Amino acid sequence: MSLSRDTLRGWGFTAPALIWTLAFFVVPFLVMAAMSLATLEGRTLVWGLHADNYRELLEKRYLWRAVVVSLQITLTVTAVSVALAYPLAWIIAFRVPKRWQRLALLLAILPFWTSYVVRSYAWLTVLSKEGVVNQVLLSLHLIAEPITLANTRFATVTGFVHFFTMLLTLTIFANLIQLPPNYRRAAMDLGASAFQTFRHVVLPLTLPGIVTGAFLTFVLCIGDYITPQILGGNTELTVPQVIMVQLGRRADFPLAAALAIVLMGLVTLAYLACARWLRLDRI
Amino acid sequence: MKALPWIFLAAMGVFIYLPVGALVLFSFQGGTLPVPPFNGPSFQWYADILGDRDLMAALGHSMLVGLGSSAVATLLGFTAAYGLARHHLPGTTLMRAMLIAPLCVSYLIIGLGLLIMVQRLGLGLGLSLGTAGIGHVVINLPLCFSIIYASMGAQQLSAERAARDLGATEAKVVLLITVPMLLPAIAAAFFLSFTLSWDEFIISFLLTRFDVTLPVEIWSMLRSGLSPRLNAIGSLVFLVSVVVVLAMETLLFGKRK
Repeated sequence: MSLSRDTLRGWGFTAPALIWTLAFFVVPFLVMAAMSLATLEGRTLVWGLHADNYRELLEKRYLWRAVVVSLQITLTVTAVSVALAYPLAWIIAFRVPKRWQRLALLLAILPFWTSYVVRSYAWLTVLSKEGVVNQVLLSLHLIAEPITLANTRFATVTGFVHFFTMLLTLTIFANLIQLPPNYRRAAMDLGASAFQTFRHVVLPLTLPGIVTGAFLTFVLCIGDYITPQILGGNTELTVPQVIMVQLGRRADFPLAAALAIVLMGLVTLAYLACARWLRLDRI
Repeated sequence: MKALPWIFLAAMGVFIYLPVGALVLFSFQGGTLPVPPFNGPSFQWYADILGDRDLMAALGHSMLVGLGSSAVATLLGFTAAYGLARHHLPGTTLMRAMLIAPLCVSYLIIGLGLLIMVQRLGLGLGLSLGTAGIGHVVINLPLCFSIIYASMGAQQLSAERAARDLGATEAKVVLLITVPMLLPAIAAAFFLSFTLSWDEFIISFLLTRFDVTLPVEIWSMLRSGLSPRLNAIGSLVFLVSVVVVLAMETLLFGKRK
């Protein structure tokens, strides 16, 4: 009897959060999934089990193209961000003196807290024709006249890499700092070179941190609308941009919902690809 | 070779601070374009935005949505963490998974789902700041829950037991023992929620109509192109986030030293 009262109380405490998640996350998601199987006849919505939207996805080139563009951008961003963040986290963890470590880490990720609309705008000013980057390159005589940097895929990738390098620096640093220093010392004592120590000891042990960060990058990057919309111009569209076009100009909710489901599918694939190393409970 | 790490560190510093530095510097621009050459400092753009009624209204809305949604998310996160950590419940793993699940879904999809639900099923909810706030609770609840759940240890458990043995009711135990002992984690959860809500765009954009939050207002200002006004309001938004983050940092790590 006392156990069941305890259980009831436990549920009483847990229920509000569960109900909230159910009502405002699970139910909307199911409604959206149902919407992706609905269809538009003229301007009226017809519920049911139609595959029209998914067929359209396979048939229309611009929809396909968006999926490919999104994947290309996301994979590039993930790879470049890891390549920049790992050495940065390494230097902060092992080269910067202990007493400056917290400060160095704090400084390295402080701009992470800029709102993403503001951050993308800031990159736009920096990369514009008259912006800082062009001015510096001109004054160094590296270029003869301003080059187009804003409104390109390069700008989108730069904006993303900036943000995710900071995020990954944080997750990889957390991983490196947990590594007992004796492991590295032991490897060195046994005659391993610095590279061998890294390749056979440090890298395998920090892989979960890297993969978890990379997965997070993938999820956040592929679903972001703002960065490609502000920085990329409209020369090529990503999946979130196409979703917003469907919602706005065409009010085609079923197609937008189907695209969202595709986005979820891509995230699920990424999850399965890295499930072996993922430690989501450690975020 | 020895200098290589420091050169890399310096280069990354430039990369990381380039956009923020330019943002803040050119918010003090004397002219009408936020690009070099810099002629200033001038405070005209700050005077301009502080006198802009729409912007200040949006700033108020962002504060309201941020504080309200963070309070709800922290409260729900705390009660769920307490329920799951302190009581033996069947299906604990499943419930934890469900509470964490929104973390793995794009904000765009969460916003789209809520938009479709609100528009199709109604439920008495329209497009408003309140609806955007509901969305912000959805994205912040998993974080609040995880932060508070992770900090519930054996240490509080024995203090709670002692209080219970001395005859305290469950409500008294929670309010007088658990909450004070977990205050740093609870405060961290609240501040983190606030900064995320404060900066959030897509959910607010989809779920508000007439009254909008600051990021949405900034977004609509962006259509008229680059302007030091945007730099000024952007710097202000950044300043608020930095203050909150530094407060969180001192709260969490200041005590441990």
